[in-house]
Amino acid sequence: MKTLVKIENVGQTFSTKSGKFTALRDINLAINEGEVVTLIGHSGCGKSTLINLIAGLTLPSSGVLLCDNREVAGPGPERAVVFQNHSLLPWMTCSENVMLAVERVFGRKEGKPKLKVRVAAALEMVHMEHAMDKYPHEISGGMKQRVGIARAFAMEPRILLMDEPFGALDALTRASLQDELNGVLAKTGATVVMVTHDVDEAVLLSDRIVMMTNGPAATIGEIVKVDLPRPRDRLELAEDSRFAAYRAAVFEFLYRKQLKNAA
Amino acid sequence: MSAIALKLVEALPVAEVAEAETFASVTATPTQAPAPVAAAPAHPAAAAHAESGKGSGGTGDTRWRDRMRAIIPPLFGIALLIGLWSLVAAKNASIPGPLVTWDAAVKLFADPFYSNGPNDQGIGWNILSSLKRVGIGFGFAALVGIPLGFLIGRFEFMSRMLDPIISLLRPVSPLAWLPIGLLVFQKADPAATWTIFICSIWPMILNTAQGVQRVPQDYLNVARVLGLPESKVVSKILFPAVLPYMLTGIRLSIGTAWLVIVAAEMLTGGVGIGFWVWDEWNNLKVEHIIVAIFVIGIVGLLLEHLLLWLAKRFTYESR
Repeated sequence: MKTLVKIENVGQTFSTKSGKFTALRDINLAINEGEVVTLIGHSGCGKSTLINLIAGLTLPSSGVLLCDNREVAGPGPERAVVFQNHSLLPWMTCSENVMLAVERVFGRKEGKPKLKVRVAAALEMVHMEHAMDKYPHEISGGMKQRVGIARAFAMEPRILLMDEPFGALDALTRASLQDELNGVLAKTGATVVMVTHDVDEAVLLSDRIVMMTNGPAATIGEIVKVDLPRPRDRLELAEDSRFAAYRAAVFEFLYRKQLKNAA
Repeated sequence: MSAIALKLVEALPVAEVAEAETFASVTATPTQAPAPVAAAPAHPAAAAHAESGKGSGGTGDTRWRDRMRAIIPPLFGIALLIGLWSLVAAKNASIPGPLVTWDAAVKLFADPFYSNGPNDQGIGWNILSSLKRVGIGFGFAALVGIPLGFLIGRFEFMSRMLDPIISLLRPVSPLAWLPIGLLVFQKADPAATWTIFICSIWPMILNTAQGVQRVPQDYLNVARVLGLPESKVVSKILFPAVLPYMLTGIRLSIGTAWLVIVAAEMLTGGVGIGFWVWDEWNNLKVEHIIVAIFVIGIVGLLLEHLLLWLAKRFTYESR
């Protein structure tokens, strides 16, 4: 399997009012093509910092990030990001929001009708074709996040970066979106890095779970390889002993080895 | 002498008309109110009432009460104002009462667009020339202020560079700039426009800059991830996000501009509502001054509402 993203000795230091703050140190990780990797850890462990580094929204203080053997020097459409709070532009309809991304990526090669087909296909994939002409404030939080995911997929990125994509949703909506995402991933074979603080979500979706130690100066603590067959069914897995074992392993790490004293 | 006598004679029938009208408007409210109660409206007016009431979703009874609640307090306020005014006018012979003023207003607005040379024009022309000055000064202020606000909001350096200048100049009364305007333009008219420009520009700069600074980082991150070119960032993200702030700036500006134009025109002369007030003071037509006060107030109110409507129209949340 081909390595898509390579993170080598990456550290991130921020200068704050009270001096330097080391958020991340010694991060080494290789992400393969088609792999779903989740980052999990207590709040403040630098999960989001790491995903911002892969996205190129921030640049590392030390070390190197490579995507497709090229150094990550800034954000780019081949690394699509799904933001926690959907970040749809409220003055555009759902289809216009997706079109903004599609136009940027494919606008030079393809005509308007072809771009429109892409937009429609992306929205259909997340079952949002009925809301094409709706404005974001007219649809629910879960629907907005679906459109956000559609926007990211429509760009046909090399890798999809998701920063707690379902964090702002209620448990039921979250479950249905997880299933939906699983379906989309099965169809597209996309490479995904996802930040989460939900253990079930991590086990359900990932091929590998990267568990981070507590910050400051957080790094990768352990990596759990989730060897469950796909497609994964939430109900079947609930009674699967392997699912329970993976879950227990993550809980063990989070609540025994990395228990936060303050929290 | 004869003019005063004429006025007294004329005042009587007009007073009756005015009284009859207020009476009609008071009685009109209870007769209008039951209309929405009717389940099957008999005539179009009632249908329109029922339509407009649909949004609130209440029964006819609560709608009627809501409407009363919206109408009665302002009526009391207006009545109180007119009462106080009458009282002052009764005690002080030099202040004309509401009826005399109404009479004067009716006569003024009977022919608002006459023109007997530059110093004697109808009130309509005076209002229009003031609005024209405000429009031009304000337009130039928007042309300069909004791009400047964008630059200040977008670039830290610009913000730090211009902040002391703005802080220093903003508290200065725009009228202090009038002599500079007279000196530079050598003419009264552009000098008045110039003061409008000066007083309008600050709210526009500051509100636009604030709007740009408050564009959510997420939206800018979207732009960065998509790799949008700067022109698209401005047209698709910054401009729509800043528009509500810009419109607030414009609304504040036009309010100040309308305040300042009266004072500026008093000083520069020519045609305009401010000059007209001063002219009528020289003619000792106090009732005209009071009419002018109402006119200035109403025009200001209309401008404000126009811009509120615009802001509502172009703000994305309420669309």
